[in-house]
Amino acid sequence: MLTLKKGEPALNYFLNEQQKTIKGLARRIAEERILPVRAELDEKEEFPWGIMKELADADMFRIFIPVEYQGLGGGCLDLCLVIEELSRACGSVAISYAADALGCLPLLQYGSQEQKKRYLPDIASGKKLTAFALTEATAGSDASGIRTSASHQGGYYVLNGTKQFITNGGEAEIYTVIAMTDPTRGSRGASAFVVEKGTPGFSFGKKEKKMGIRSSATRELIFRDCRVPEENLIGREGTGFIIAMRTVDRSRPGVGAQAVGIAQGALEAAVDYARQRIQFGHPISSFQAVQHMLANMAIELEAARALVYAVARTIDAGAKDFSEEAAMAKVFATDMAMRVTTDAVQIFGGVGYMQDYPIEKMMRDAKITQIYEGTNQVLRNEIALELLKRKARRE
Amino acid sequence: MKVDNPSLGRIRVVVCIKQVPGTTEFKINPQTNTLIKEGTESIVNPLDMYALEEGLQLKEQYQGKVAAITMGLPQAAEALKEAIALGVDEAILLSDPAFEGSDTLATSYILAKAIAKLGQFDLIICGRQTMDSDTGQVAPQLAEQLGLPFVSYVSQIEEIREGYMRVQRMVEEGHQVVEMPLPGVISVVKEINVPRLPSLRGLMKSKQARIPVWTAQELGIDMSKVGLSGSPTRIIKLFYPQRARGGELLQGSPESQVNQLVERLRETKII
Repeated sequence: MLTLKKGEPALNYFLNEQQKTIKGLARRIAEERILPVRAELDEKEEFPWGIMKELADADMFRIFIPVEYQGLGGGCLDLCLVIEELSRACGSVAISYAADALGCLPLLQYGSQEQKKRYLPDIASGKKLTAFALTEATAGSDASGIRTSASHQGGYYVLNGTKQFITNGGEAEIYTVIAMTDPTRGSRGASAFVVEKGTPGFSFGKKEKKMGIRSSATRELIFRDCRVPEENLIGREGTGFIIAMRTVDRSRPGVGAQAVGIAQGALEAAVDYARQRIQFGHPISSFQAVQHMLANMAIELEAARALVYAVARTIDAGAKDFSEEAAMAKVFATDMAMRVTTDAVQIFGGVGYMQDYPIEKMMRDAKITQIYEGTNQVLRNEIALELLKRKARRE
Repeated sequence: MKVDNPSLGRIRVVVCIKQVPGTTEFKINPQTNTLIKEGTESIVNPLDMYALEEGLQLKEQYQGKVAAITMGLPQAAEALKEAIALGVDEAILLSDPAFEGSDTLATSYILAKAIAKLGQFDLIICGRQTMDSDTGQVAPQLAEQLGLPFVSYVSQIEEIREGYMRVQRMVEEGHQVVEMPLPGVISVVKEINVPRLPSLRGLMKSKQARIPVWTAQELGIDMSKVGLSGSPTRIIKLFYPQRARGGELLQGSPESQVNQLVERLRETKII
C-alpha cells in the first residue's frame, strides 16, 4: 500500500516489514504534511506543533518506547529511518522529533520501573514531548564544566543553574537534566534528574534565533531553587555523567540519519534542477563538471547511509560499547551532509543562494549536525583515543 | 428495501468506497468501449478518503462504529485494508464474477443489498464522485434503492442526533443548509475535512486483516439486475475529445492591442 517511489537507489538494506512500513509512512508524512509548510516554518521560526500532532497520531513517538509502556518496541534503526525520512523534507522538523527520543533515552536506559510507568506512556502517545539538558555556557564539548547544582535537602534535590541551547526547550513537558550533586568529585559528582515543566523554580530563558533548524525550539532552562522530588533522580547519584555519555552514544546515529536525510533531499533537488537548467543550449546535467559533482554526492551519501544503518543495527543487536562506532557514523554522515548541501547550492548557482528555493535552507540546516551532540572535532578525539587505547592494550 | 431504525448515541456509519486507477490518463479499448486499467497502480478514490474521514470523526465523537464496503475485483481488498489502517472497524468486499460490467444502477443495487445485510446503521457516506467514471450517480441511486433521504455535496455536518441531521451542502452560489431525517445517505465534497494519514498500528493491523468477501449468493442478489446484462446503461462510444483550441494573436501597438482585447471581452459579454 505504501511503496517507495520509483527511482529509489537499488541498494538493499534488508529492512524488515515493520521497518518498510515505518519508512513508507514517515515519507508520506514528510511529503504530504511537512514539505508544503517547511519554508514558512523556517521563516517564522515557528515550532511545528501541527506536525508533532500528525506524528503522534501516526504512532511515530511509539517507535522507540517498549511495548509494555504502549510503545512499538522498535530500535535505533527504526528511529533512524523516521529521522532520515523527515529530514529529507525538513531537518528542522526532524530534530524536534529526534530530540524527543534523545530526552527520553536516559529514562529508557536508566529509569526505574516507577519512572517509566509514570512518564513513558504519555511520551509514546505524543501527548508530552521531552528534552535532554546537558549543555551550559561553561560546558559544551567539555561536559565536566557543568555548574548547575543539585543539593540533596530532605526529600528533595534543589536545582540551581542555567542550561543553554536546549532543543525542545519550552515546548517539552519532561526534561532530563544533568546537574552536579557533588561538585568536589568532578564528572563523578554529576547526576541525572527528570524535571517536569511547571515545577516551581523552573523557568525558560531566551529563545535562540538560529542560522538553521529555525523552526525547532532552542532555549535556556533556568533553575532557581527548583525543588525536585528525590524519586526523580535517574539511576544513582554520581552516575549522571555516564548516563549523559551513554545517551549521546545512542543518539548519535540519529544525528547521522538526520544528515543522511538532509543530504538525500539536497541531492534529489540538485538532480532535478540540473536536468531542467539550460545553459549554453543544454541542460547543465549534460556537463561533466556537474555530473561528477552529482556522482560524488551520491557516493558519499550512500556510504554514510550504510555506515549509519550498520551502527544502528549493531546497537539493536545489543552491543555493549559502541561509542567509537556511533561517533564515526555521526562524524562521517554530518561532514558528508555539509559537503553535499554546499555542492547542491553550487549546482543551483545564483538561485540556490535565494530563499525562494529550498536548497539554501538545507545547507543552513546541515551545519548544525557537525556541531551538536559532540562536535566533529571532539568526536575525532574520542575515536583516535579508542584506536590508540586498543593498540596499547595489545602491546 | 427495509432498513432498521437508527439508534444514535453509538452511531453506526457505513462508508462506500471504490478502488480506482491512480491516474486520469487512460487508454481506451475501442472494441469494448471500456477503460484499460491494467498496469496502473490502484488507489482509493480520492473523494472517498473524505467520506472515510467524516465517518471516522463521527465515530470518535460518538463512540460509534464505521464499516467500509466496496464492490470490485478481489484486489479491491487492498482499498479496504487502507480503510482499516485509517481506523474503520469493519471492512467488507462485495465481489463476484457476476458483478462484472455492472453500471451505477446495478452497483447501487448490490451496495444496497450489502448494507441491508450489515444491519443497523444511521448514516451512509459516499464521496461526491469517482475519478475514473466520474458519474456521481451511485450515492443518490443507493439512497433510492434503500428508500432513504439523500443530500449531495455535503461540506459540513452542522448537527447530528437521533433520527436527525443538519448539513451544509455546497451549491454554486454558496451554501444550502439542509435538515434531513436519519438514517440517510450523503455524498461529501473535499471541503468537508482534511483526511488523516494512517497510523503505524493501523497499518500493522491492516496487514494482518482478512477481508470478508460477500458474493451474489450471500447477498441474495437477483441476477437479472447485475453485471453487464443487468445494467441498463449502454456506452455507445468512449473517446477523448478533440482539442481544437486555436489561439488568436492580437497585433499592433500595446494601446491598440488593449483596445482590441477590451472590445473582444465586451463582445463575449465577459465584461
